[in-house]
Amino acid sequence: MARDVAVAYETVIGLEIHVQLLTASKMFCGCAVSFGAPPNTLTCPVCLGLPGALPVINRAAVELGLRAALALGCQVSPRSRFHRKNYFYPDLPKNYQISQYQYADHPPLATDGRLEIATEGGLRLVRIRRVHLEEDTGRLVHPDDPARGSLIDYNRAGVPLMEIVTEPDLRSPAEARDFLVALRRLLQFARVSTGRMEEGTLRCDANVSLRRPGGVRGTRTEVKNMNSLRAVERALAFEVARQRAVLERGGEVVQETRHWDERREVTFASRTKEEAQDYRYFPEPDLVPIVVDEAWLATVRASLPELPAARRARFMAAYGLSPYDADLLTATPATADLFEQTVARYPAPKTVANWLLGEVAAYLNEHGLELEQVPLPAERLAALLRLIDQGRLSGRMAKEVLVEMLAHDRDPAAIVEARGLAQISDDATLREVIDRVLAEHPGPVADVRAGKDKALTFLMGQVMRATQGRANPEVVHRLLRERLGRP
Amino acid sequence: MDELAFASARDLVAAYRTGAVRPSQVVELALDRIARLDPILHAFLTVDADGARRAAAAWDARVAGEADALPPLAGVPVAVKDNICTRGIPTTCASRILEGWVPPYDATVVARLRTAGAIVLGKTNLDEFAMGSSTEHSAFGPTRNPWDPARVPGGSSGGSAAAVAAGMVPLALGSDTGGSVRLPAGFCGVVGLKPTYGRVSRYGLVAFASSLDQIGPMARDVADCALLLGVLAGHDPADATSADVPVPDYLAALGAGAAGVRLGVPREAFGAGVAPAVADAVREALRVFADLGCGIEEISLPTIDAALPAYYILAPAEASSNLARYDGVRYGLRVPGDDLSAMVARTRRQGFGAEVQRRIMLGTYALSAGYYEAYYLKAQRARTLVARDFARAFELVDLVVLPVAPTPAFRLGEKADDPLQMYLSDIFTISVNLAGLPGLALPCGMADGLPIGLQLVGRAFEEATVLRVGHAYEQAAGWSRRRPPVG
Repeated sequence: MARDVAVAYETVIGLEIHVQLLTASKMFCGCAVSFGAPPNTLTCPVCLGLPGALPVINRAAVELGLRAALALGCQVSPRSRFHRKNYFYPDLPKNYQISQYQYADHPPLATDGRLEIATEGGLRLVRIRRVHLEEDTGRLVHPDDPARGSLIDYNRAGVPLMEIVTEPDLRSPAEARDFLVALRRLLQFARVSTGRMEEGTLRCDANVSLRRPGGVRGTRTEVKNMNSLRAVERALAFEVARQRAVLERGGEVVQETRHWDERREVTFASRTKEEAQDYRYFPEPDLVPIVVDEAWLATVRASLPELPAARRARFMAAYGLSPYDADLLTATPATADLFEQTVARYPAPKTVANWLLGEVAAYLNEHGLELEQVPLPAERLAALLRLIDQGRLSGRMAKEVLVEMLAHDRDPAAIVEARGLAQISDDATLREVIDRVLAEHPGPVADVRAGKDKALTFLMGQVMRATQGRANPEVVHRLLRERLGRP
Repeated sequence: MDELAFASARDLVAAYRTGAVRPSQVVELALDRIARLDPILHAFLTVDADGARRAAAAWDARVAGEADALPPLAGVPVAVKDNICTRGIPTTCASRILEGWVPPYDATVVARLRTAGAIVLGKTNLDEFAMGSSTEHSAFGPTRNPWDPARVPGGSSGGSAAAVAAGMVPLALGSDTGGSVRLPAGFCGVVGLKPTYGRVSRYGLVAFASSLDQIGPMARDVADCALLLGVLAGHDPADATSADVPVPDYLAALGAGAAGVRLGVPREAFGAGVAPAVADAVREALRVFADLGCGIEEISLPTIDAALPAYYILAPAEASSNLARYDGVRYGLRVPGDDLSAMVARTRRQGFGAEVQRRIMLGTYALSAGYYEAYYLKAQRARTLVARDFARAFELVDLVVLPVAPTPAFRLGEKADDPLQMYLSDIFTISVNLAGLPGLALPCGMADGLPIGLQLVGRAFEEATVLRVGHAYEQAAGWSRRRPPVG
């Protein structure tokens, strides 16, 4: 075989995304959904799969699934079913997972959607093959002491999940990442999921293959265990390069599941037996079909919050923001909400935007935090901005106050008072300081009188220094000129 | 004391009201009969003597004072098939794999029994996981027929039928997936009803085949059966397949007689394999019905032949999945192994009996990739045809009359090694499960000292009609007054 190094392979990527739904209770029982609870405290006969226990569909979970389906422009199935996916694994209490399989006569919750994403190469339409609901598994815990064996925490068992499967429409690892960012944003704005990969509320597997342009698609591999956006991009880049190397050697890509090793930055084939898993799907006889009529769909449609694209457009139109600022302010619902709530109390959109995207964003970046993790009610931010307008804080002092607000969860007025930070604008107090400064610096005083403005700036600086920066510069400027006879 | 041992539940409550009898006396008598008879019959797997005595003492104090406001089963001892969960009382399904397992919750029917005042006396024997027609497939030894201890009581609710027939309890719960209430009722000369699918909650019934399983009442006469059904029936939010259909007063409806009711007799009911004594007894019953003013018409259920094979695809398919949870990880038997899969395999190999293993393998095979269409889907289509047969029949008649089984009770061991012969015992009951209809078994004759059972099948949720016509027949024919020679 000729070594054709210059062959341009096209990357073909499809994603399977699991999203944890924002419900109060589990998919098929009343147990609470919550993180950090002691192991096996959020369980009941149903989610433990005890003999005799039966599942009942959580209507709120179906509703969130429908919301996501509508946000993704899917066709909602008027009647869909749950199925059992049978396999043995100890984190699966019943040794089957209740999921939705795609039979011709039993469609999943929704099919045929789309999501438009911005990529380096411009806008791209990614087709959504299907959206379905299922239950999560428990979690295996491996204690450091091997004598304790493996332990299982079933708190997560039965937590509602939605699986979103794309068509293989993504053409690069970067596009896969862009898609996930857009999907996460959509789900967050639709209030369907927190969409945090790091916490596992959004998980992604990828099918990767290569093909010559216009040619037949090569064998695909499934890449798993990517726990961050960065991991997705790097794992897929590695896998694309690996497959290319195999093909360029004249080899064959083997259809297999490969795991991303975050530390070594490689994908490796799982050591499980290579016999194909037969999940023996069949309709779940314990549950009745999900019937979605037009009325229900209309209710869900009406309850759908404003989605990112619409909100971004409205921010530009209503607040006169630049496309760039509007985009950043609609990165997460928390940012967008805080922006609007603050503007409602302090109607200067550009100022609010500048503070949010400048000082607040810088603080979050520096500390590696999300907006939801810091105490910043709109009223506080508005109050801070008002203090500047009232001349009680300089811009520089306001930045210090903001940091303290975020770090210590305090009101700006309280910080100003406690630290004696208030600006000095009082004429009498400032005249005393000015007199002292003028007495100490006869040279510059003479220079000013001789018409050298530079010396005036020097004297201003000395006054600010004497007041540790708290003097109101405008007042100082006015008083100095009065004193030195330069109106 | 025999009179009291064979008193109906209605008579017991009436006697409590007048003060003629106290619940403690009845419970002591029941415990005494169990102590004397159960070494022969082995109807019970667990007797909760302490719990029953405590409950009886509590009722002793109440029955006198609250005579006017007693719940329907106040102080009445009831036996519960051991595949129905009872909080604090072991529930084994007659399987080694669940030996010693104590449910942390009551099945909905058990909770309803307790609310109705019933005293749960103990748990009755069954074929392991309700898979069988003779109660020989119990891991803890067979139950024997009170009419002839050399013979089987039928199955799988053989323990409940024997306990009721032998005057140990007036009432018992069975479960019926393919005839498991009706066959033992027929073999033991008692009354048993399989309600419409969805009429009684399955929550807490350890699943065999979820789309076919129903819990049903067993008693010594139709009126007690009606009384017990009234307690069990009704919508349960914990069972998604339970029907939200009003529950009539079954007992009050019994008096209206059978005149004018149209009975359909399938010509297939007297086909090959039906013992002459059974055919004669059914024909004699038809004469009684005619005397009661019923119309008798010959009908046809042409697909009844397809019922048995369809059942032996669908029921094992569901069972293979339902029984997957018994893996030694969370509860029940655990047989250690070198690794996880060895532990699971050993636990299941040692924990399940041969018949259960046979059905798990049948079901696993039927659901396997490549066979799903040929077996599972085809069986589902056959099921639809069977249901359509009955629907057509019910356009012409109000009830369908069938034998319960082709023969009276057979000898222990007679069919134990011949699964196909054993499966044929259910030829007249299985189609009723596939169609989801109510079926009542009641005695209609004797052959060589063994009871023969008659089956009345009604339209969905028309248990009241089935019971009313059965009651009229029972009053006219008098077979229910016969008592077995044992004890």
